[in-house]
Amino acid sequence: MPQIAQLAQTYSSQIFWVLVFFGLIFFVIGRGMVPRVMENVSRRDDQIAGDLAAAQAARDQADGQEEAWRKRETENRAQAQAIIAKAKADAAAASEKKLAAAQSRLDKKLADAEEQISAARAEAMTEVEAVAADAAQDIVQRLAGVKVTAASAKSAVKKAMSHG
Amino acid sequence: MAVEQAKVDPMHQFMIEPMFGSQHWELAGYNIAFTNSALWMAIAAVALWIFVWGGMKRELVPGRWQMAVESFTGFIDDMLEANIGKAGRKYVPYIFSLFMFILFANILGLLPLGVVGLHAFTFTSHFTATGTLAIMSFLIVLVVGFWKHKLHFFSLFVPHGTPLVMIPLIFVIELVSFMVRPFSLGLRLFVAMMAGHVLLEVLSSFVIDGLNAMSSGIGPVVALLSFVLMVAICALEILVAGIQAYVFALLASLYINDAENLH
Repeated sequence: MPQIAQLAQTYSSQIFWVLVFFGLIFFVIGRGMVPRVMENVSRRDDQIAGDLAAAQAARDQADGQEEAWRKRETENRAQAQAIIAKAKADAAAASEKKLAAAQSRLDKKLADAEEQISAARAEAMTEVEAVAADAAQDIVQRLAGVKVTAASAKSAVKKAMSHG
Repeated sequence: MAVEQAKVDPMHQFMIEPMFGSQHWELAGYNIAFTNSALWMAIAAVALWIFVWGGMKRELVPGRWQMAVESFTGFIDDMLEANIGKAGRKYVPYIFSLFMFILFANILGLLPLGVVGLHAFTFTSHFTATGTLAIMSFLIVLVVGFWKHKLHFFSLFVPHGTPLVMIPLIFVIELVSFMVRPFSLGLRLFVAMMAGHVLLEVLSSFVIDGLNAMSSGIGPVVALLSFVLMVAICALEILVAGIQAYVFALLASLYINDAENLH
């Protein structure tokens, strides 16, 4: 085989050129280009890791903000509820007071009116009585020719009226 | 074609021939003719340079080519990190150069350039070439080992828990197995590549001889079967080209691990 048959003539050239070309590959490609390729890979890995971390941080921040907003929201709602309840209570108290005032005014008016009515009724009664006594006096005089005194006529009328 | 030339010599493909009239080039008394072997080393080097250069666009989102180059560097990086640990990263340029040089040499040697009249030459099928790479890796192991651990490096040859009386024997055995490493490393690649190329050449000679013996009746059958087998073995050889490059790089990194971390 030529590997052995040509060994003596070719070994030096083989070794020399292997070293030359491997040396070129090692220094130009291995030392010069490969580290830059790998640096690019690690730069990309770093960027991806950084982007992921930033996304995570943004997400955490959004979560925090949502939490704070939720808290503020519940606070606001509670405050609004309190305001509404207070307004309701105030309004209820005010209307009660107004109602009470109106009621007392009405009561007073009613009482006055009743008083007036009873006064008017008493007056009317006395007038009716007087008229009835006069009439009774007249009727007795005309029918019986008896002169009845105003006082006795009056008491008779009263008697008859109280009987109904 | 004359009848005596129809005989195919399966070893002829490994002939080293000086090119461009350089057979008398000398350096310090040694012949350094620029041979077809050296030419294919140069082609592998240039192809590798073009390949890696295409991956130097340094885009944040890589294209296909950049992705391919980055997957190779990542592959070597992962292999070294798995075998050596964090300290393995500084060997990435060396192991990458070794792996890619052998891989490109193996695959370029398989190119069917005979179809267009050229002759691909696989310099990894020469133990002078593979041996040089193996001995270089072995020397790196020695240098790193003695640099890092001084004479303590010899403890590599005495595994933990060896009984005291066994130490001299174990030491000798371990030393021999250690010294055999560069030979096994270089010979494995050389033998695998040569065997595959010889097999392909022999099968192709069966195809040619079978077609020449068309009248015998059995000739075309042999030719067809050999051709089918040859196609299958071509696929196998592409696999072997990758596997042998990987094995060479993997063993080199394992040996460097011994030097870095002892046992």
